[in-house]
Amino acid sequence: MASDVKPRVKVPKTAAAGETITIKTLISHPMESGQRKDGSGNVIPRSIINRFTCDFNGQNVVDVTLEPAISTNPYIEFDAKVPEAGEFKFTWYDDDGSVYEDSKPIAIG
Amino acid sequence: MKLKSLTSAVALLALGAGMAVADENAPLVINGEIEIVTRTKAPEHMENMSEIRSGWTFRSEETQKLQMDDFDNPGMIFVDQAREAWETAMGTEGKACADCHNEPESMAGVRAKMPKWNEAAGEVWTMEMFINSCVTNRMGAEKWGWNSSEMVNMTALISSVSRGMPMDVAIDGPAAETWEKGKEIYYTRYGQLELSCANCHEDNYDNLIRADHLSQGQINAFPAYRLKNAKLNSIHNRFKGCIRDTRAETFKEGSPEFIALELYVASRGNGLSVEGPSVRN
Repeated sequence: MASDVKPRVKVPKTAAAGETITIKTLISHPMESGQRKDGSGNVIPRSIINRFTCDFNGQNVVDVTLEPAISTNPYIEFDAKVPEAGEFKFTWYDDDGSVYEDSKPIAIG
Repeated sequence: MKLKSLTSAVALLALGAGMAVADENAPLVINGEIEIVTRTKAPEHMENMSEIRSGWTFRSEETQKLQMDDFDNPGMIFVDQAREAWETAMGTEGKACADCHNEPESMAGVRAKMPKWNEAAGEVWTMEMFINSCVTNRMGAEKWGWNSSEMVNMTALISSVSRGMPMDVAIDGPAAETWEKGKEIYYTRYGQLELSCANCHEDNYDNLIRADHLSQGQINAFPAYRLKNAKLNSIHNRFKGCIRDTRAETFKEGSPEFIALELYVASRGNGLSVEGPSVRN
């Protein structure tokens, strides 16, 4: 069970209709690969964020599969076109079944 | 979509012609509002140098950019963790930092004066010692390890609220003796390689030592998030790394030698802005 998991997102508050904006996301997570061993030689079980999705007003923007080689605190940056005012919804899926969510509204102006 | 990682930085280096040397005169403005002094006149007491430079000016453009926005600065994750700790009651007294000090912002200016003479204790204290005094005496909790994540994160939080303020460490009065001791350590050659701090950071800054671009060894930007170990690093931990690299037995974190050295090295940065948590390689 990963502790101290905290999602963060940066989305502009406003955009022009049809504008392409840059979205930055980061989630604090150890991303334990499952390949390391502890002091007594036992394998430390894998515990990573395995999937990240972003939806805008119910429509999918990105759907990312994350692999064990991705470092601690995965940072994902991508561009999205904003056709109308609405809300970006971000979801991270943890190996342990936890789901972390965040959302950010965006206005046209 | 971009996945930022060390590997991409390494790939960029390999593709570019030789080292990716950044613009060392670029201005550093954090979040578009906090202006950081990264180059300025050396303080009076420095005999051999005319200009002091933040370690930021020696880093590659990609690394520099990470520090220009708190969202991109991985060190801020640890500042957030310390903000939670700030509010959390602990110890036998059941007190949180916030109970006495209110908002972390009330600590603005503290980092710029550290380390400083503590009249009651009769010695020079670093920020870690002031924090531990609170943790043990006022909160009644077990003291934090010098290099523990609780401690380094808390120093990062306290530093972050002073960003942009000029380093202004006092070296006269009762601190003078400790400062002299620190200066002596700075110019003493240690280890099998017989290197003093000055050999690299005064005589050879801006040169390459193998693949490393030597900085002036300033500590105004500590604690520093290092890409090589993906965590915040304390000043004494960095000192230890340097002395180890001279193939010497190092002093311990929190030892009188390192406290003296910290005072001296901090005073060499008087005039540069507080930057921590910074991003370095």
